[in-house]
Amino acid sequence: MIKITVVLLNIRFYFAFVSILGIGVFLPNISVAQIDTAKANQLQEVKITEYKNSRINLSPTPVQILIGSELKRLNSLSVADAIRYFAGVQLKDYGGIGGLKTINVRSMGSNHTAVFYDGVQLGNAQNGQVDLGKFSLDNLEEIAVYVGQKPELLMPARGFAAASALYLKTAQPIFSSGKKYGFGASFKTGSFGLINPNLSYKQKISNKISFLVDVSYLESNGKYRFRYRELAYDTTIIRNNSDVKSARVEATLFGLLPDSSKWNIKLYNYNSARGLPGAIVSNRFTFTQRQWDNNSFVQASYQNKKSARYNFMFNTKYAYSFMHYLDPEFKIQNGCLDNRYTETEWYISAVNLYKISNIWELSLATDYSLQRLNANLYDFAYPSRNTGLVAFASALNLNRLIIQGNILATLIAEQVKNGDQSANRQEYTPSLMASWQPLQTKDFRIRSFYKSIFRMPTFNDLYYTFIGNTKLKPEYTNQYDLGFTYGHTSNGKHLAYLSIQADAYYNLVKDKIVAIPGNNLGRWTMVNLDRVQIKGFETNIQTVWDLAAQLKLKANANYTYEQAIDISATAFRYGDQIPYIPVHSGSARFGIDYKNLVFNYSYIYTGERYSQKANIAANYVKPWYTHDLAVGVNFVCQQTRFFFNAEINNVFNQYYDVVLNYPMPGRNYRFTLSTNF
Amino acid sequence: MKHQLQHFFKLTGFLLLTALAFACRKDTPVGEDSEQGAKTPSLTVKGLYVLNEANWGSNKSSLDYYSYDDGKYTRNIFGAANPTVTLGLGDVGNDIKIYGAKMYVVINGSNKVEILNASNARQVAKLDINNPRYVTFYKNFAYITSYDGYVAMVDTTALSTIKSKIMVGNQPEEMAVVGNKLYVANSGGYNYPNYDRTVSVIDLTTNTEIKKIDVAINLHHLKADKYGDVYVTSRGDYAAIASSLYVIDTKTDAVKKNFNIPVSDFWINEDDAYLFSYSYSTSKSTYLKLNVKDETVASNNFITDGTEALITLPYGIAVDSTSGDVFVTDARDYVTPGTIYCFDKAGKRKFTFTTGDIPAHITFLFK
Repeated sequence: MIKITVVLLNIRFYFAFVSILGIGVFLPNISVAQIDTAKANQLQEVKITEYKNSRINLSPTPVQILIGSELKRLNSLSVADAIRYFAGVQLKDYGGIGGLKTINVRSMGSNHTAVFYDGVQLGNAQNGQVDLGKFSLDNLEEIAVYVGQKPELLMPARGFAAASALYLKTAQPIFSSGKKYGFGASFKTGSFGLINPNLSYKQKISNKISFLVDVSYLESNGKYRFRYRELAYDTTIIRNNSDVKSARVEATLFGLLPDSSKWNIKLYNYNSARGLPGAIVSNRFTFTQRQWDNNSFVQASYQNKKSARYNFMFNTKYAYSFMHYLDPEFKIQNGCLDNRYTETEWYISAVNLYKISNIWELSLATDYSLQRLNANLYDFAYPSRNTGLVAFASALNLNRLIIQGNILATLIAEQVKNGDQSANRQEYTPSLMASWQPLQTKDFRIRSFYKSIFRMPTFNDLYYTFIGNTKLKPEYTNQYDLGFTYGHTSNGKHLAYLSIQADAYYNLVKDKIVAIPGNNLGRWTMVNLDRVQIKGFETNIQTVWDLAAQLKLKANANYTYEQAIDISATAFRYGDQIPYIPVHSGSARFGIDYKNLVFNYSYIYTGERYSQKANIAANYVKPWYTHDLAVGVNFVCQQTRFFFNAEINNVFNQYYDVVLNYPMPGRNYRFTLSTNF
Repeated sequence: MKHQLQHFFKLTGFLLLTALAFACRKDTPVGEDSEQGAKTPSLTVKGLYVLNEANWGSNKSSLDYYSYDDGKYTRNIFGAANPTVTLGLGDVGNDIKIYGAKMYVVINGSNKVEILNASNARQVAKLDINNPRYVTFYKNFAYITSYDGYVAMVDTTALSTIKSKIMVGNQPEEMAVVGNKLYVANSGGYNYPNYDRTVSVIDLTTNTEIKKIDVAINLHHLKADKYGDVYVTSRGDYAAIASSLYVIDTKTDAVKKNFNIPVSDFWINEDDAYLFSYSYSTSKSTYLKLNVKDETVASNNFITDGTEALITLPYGIAVDSTSGDVFVTDARDYVTPGTIYCFDKAGKRKFTFTTGDIPAHITFLFK
C-alpha cells in the first residue's frame, strides 16, 4: 500500500508538473507485473481518474474526455454513439449503423468542429464534415472534445483553426514486462445482423521500435422496425437499404531515437459499401441509392525529447478519399446518376516551442496543405486549395493563473479549371484563455476564453453545379465562455472523485452560409446570409464512489441549456430557435463495478425541437430519450482474460427521429466478447 | 461520509426527477389551423385549394382551403380529412386539379397521386406512379406525366391503376389538350447539359406520340389558350441561356413566336395571360400581362397598388375565371410559411393569408 501511495504521489506530481508546463500529458505506462490484477486495476482506475481530473480541472477551455476503460463499457459502437454523452454536443444522426453521423458543438454547425486522428486533422474540403459513424471504438484509447481549442502550445496550427475540436487517439502498443508481442481480439454481434470482428497485433521489433496492426470488419443488414402512430394510422415499417459492409486496416510503426525523440508512421485504409436509406415520406419507404467509400491516408509524426527547453514537432500526411454515389431512380439517357468524387490532400506541419523561463513559453506552428477535388460532373470546377496557417502562441503559467493566447494567420489561394474561382483570402484571428485558482485549494478554478475563428466555405458551397457561389466569404464564429471547474480526488474516502464543470457561454455565428432560393424556381444558391446568436449553459458532473471493498459506483450527468436563435436581418422568423437545436438536453450515466462484474446504465435526453426555421406546430419535433443498459463480466479461461458485455439499447423501444424522417432504431441488442493476450 | 452519500442521492434523485419531468412527449399536433379573413361570396365558386410543396424530404406538403362564402382560410386540412393515411399528404406536391367531382393531387416525392373527393378532400383512391409531375384530363381519362419519360393514362373509373404508358421525351412536365391532341413539354432536366428541347404531340384517339416539335431547351410549363395556341416556357440553362416563352400554333404544330421574356409560371384566363418571373441576380420580379388573342404585352405590371414590393419570391399563380381575381403566392425563403395574395381584376390587393411552406399550386372548387 505504501508503495502504491508513493507511486500515486509521483504520478500526481508528474501530472501537475507537465500540465502546468502546458505540455501534452501522456498516460504513463506502469509495469503491473509485480502487483496482482485487482490492485493493478484499482491503480489503473486511480491513474485514469487523476489523469482526467488534471486535464479537466486545469483546462481554460471546456474539455470532456472518455478514456479506454470508459469507452469499453459504454453502449456504443462508433465514435458517434460515444459523443452523445458529452454536454453541449448535438449529434446529427441519420439512423442505423450506416447512416451519416456528424457532430455539432454548441450549435455553431457541424463544419465548425475539426476532427483529429492521432493529432492530425481528418480533412474534408468537399463538404467539411466527418462522418463519425465510420470510426469504431475498437482501437481507440481516448476521445476528447474541446470547445474552443486544446489549450496547448505544441500542436499543429490546425489545432488553433477551428471553433471546437474532437480528438481521437488510438491505442499505443504497451507491452507487459518481458513480452515482445501482444494480441487483441473482439467480436461483436447483435441486432441489425451485426457482425463486427476486430483483431490487433503488436510487436516489439527492438527496444526502440514497435508496431501495431489493427484490422476490423463490420457488416450489418441495417434492418430495423420503426413505427408511426399518429392520428388514426399505426404503421410499422422495416428500414430498407440501410445495409453496410466496411473494413478498416490500420498499421502504425512507433519508434524512439537515441536522444529519446519519438516518431511514428501510420497507414490507414477504410473501405465501405452501403445503401443510403432516404427520408421516410408518405408512400415511399424503400430506396435504392448506394454509396461506396475508400479513404486512405499515411501520416508521420516526429517529436523531440520532451524535457528539452526547445521542443519541436513535425507532422505530415497524404490522404486520398474516393466516393462513389449511384442513384438508379435518377434516370438519364444512358443509365442513371453515377457520381464519383476523388479528394486528395497533402499536409505538412512544423511546431516550435521555446521555454523562455519556467513560467513563460512561446510557440510557432506552421501548416501547409493542398486539397484537390475531382468529380465526373459536367463543367466541374476541379478546385484546388492551398492553405497556409501560421499560429503564434504564448502561455504564462503562474502559480495560480494560466493564461494562453494566440494569433492565427490563415492564407488561402484557390485554383479552378472551369469557371470563376474564389478570391484569395487572408484572415487573422485571435484566441485568449485563462484559468485561475482563486482560493487556497487547487480543486477549484475559474476559467474563461474568447475565440474568434471562421470556417472556409467548402468546395460544395463554392463550386457545386448550379448551387455553388464563388463569392462566399468565410463563416465567422465568436465565442465567449465563463465557467468554473471543481475537481477533488480523495483516495480512501467513499466519494473518491468529484468533478464539476459549469460554463455559461455566448456565441455569435456571422455570415452563416445557407442555401436560399436561386435564380430559377426550385433551385438553391449558397449565400452568407444568416446570423445566429447562441446563449447557453452547460454543466458536467462526474463522481466515483468506493462503496465497499470491491464495489465501485460511477455516476455522471450533464445538462445543456441553449438558446440558439436566428437574428438574421432578413429573417422571416426573427428570434425563433434555429432548426434541430433543443433548448434542454442532457444525459446521465451510472456504472457499477462489483468484483469482476460491470454494470452500466445510461440515459440520453433531447428536448423538443423544430425541424424548420419557423417555430410552429407543423415543424415541431417531439423530445426523445433513450435508456440503455449493459452488463459485462471479466473472466479467465485457459489463462486468458476475456470480457463479455451484453447491451440492451433503447430499452423502452421509443421510436424517434434525430433528423426528421430518418427514423432511429427501437430496442436493440449487442454482445461483445473481447480478449487480450 | 454519510453526509456526502445523502448529498449524492439527493443530487441523483433530483437529476432523475428532472429527467422524468422532461420525459413527457406531447403528441404531434394534427396541424389544422385556420384564419378568418375577407368573405368573397360568389355564385359559382365555393372556394379554392392551395397545394404547398414544402422542402424535398420533409414530407410537409400540405393542402389549404379558402372558403369564399365564410372567408375562412384553413391550413393543413389533409390530416383531419384523412386520418388513416400514413404520414399524410406526403413529400412535395407538384400539381392539383379538379375534374368532375374529384380532385387529383400529384405528390412528386411520394411517388403517388392522391385522388380526393373535391368537396371534402377525403381520399377516393391512391395511384402509385414513379416521379409524377403534372396531371390533365381528356374524356374519361387522366393523363399524368412521369419523369421516367412517359405519360400515364388512368381511367377515371378505375383510379388505382395505370391503364397504359405513352412514351414521350425526357423528364416530361406540364401538358395541355387542344382538340384531340395532347401537348407535353419535355425538359430533359436529368440530362444536363443535354436538355430535351421538344414538345411531344400525342394523338388522343390512338394514344400514341405522333410527333415532336423542337422548341427550346428545358421546357416546363405548357398551357393552351382558346384560340388553338399552346404557350410553353423554357427554363433555359440557369446560366448563358435565359428563360423564355414560346407560342405553338396547333394547326401547324409550328413555333409561332418567341416572346424573349423570362417566365417562371403563368395562367391563361380568356384573352389574358398573367405571367411572373423572378431573377435571383437582381432579386426582382416581373408581373406581366399578355393578350393571347393578338400575342402582345398588355401590361408590364398587373399589380397596380405597389404590393409587388412585399412579395419576396412569387411562386404560384391562378385566376378565378368568374371574378377575374388574381391569386399570387409568395414562397419567401422556401423554409418559412408563405403567403397567398388576392388581387382584384384591376390589380389591387384584396386580402392575404399565411400558407404552408412553398405555396405553389391552386385549383378552384365550383359550386
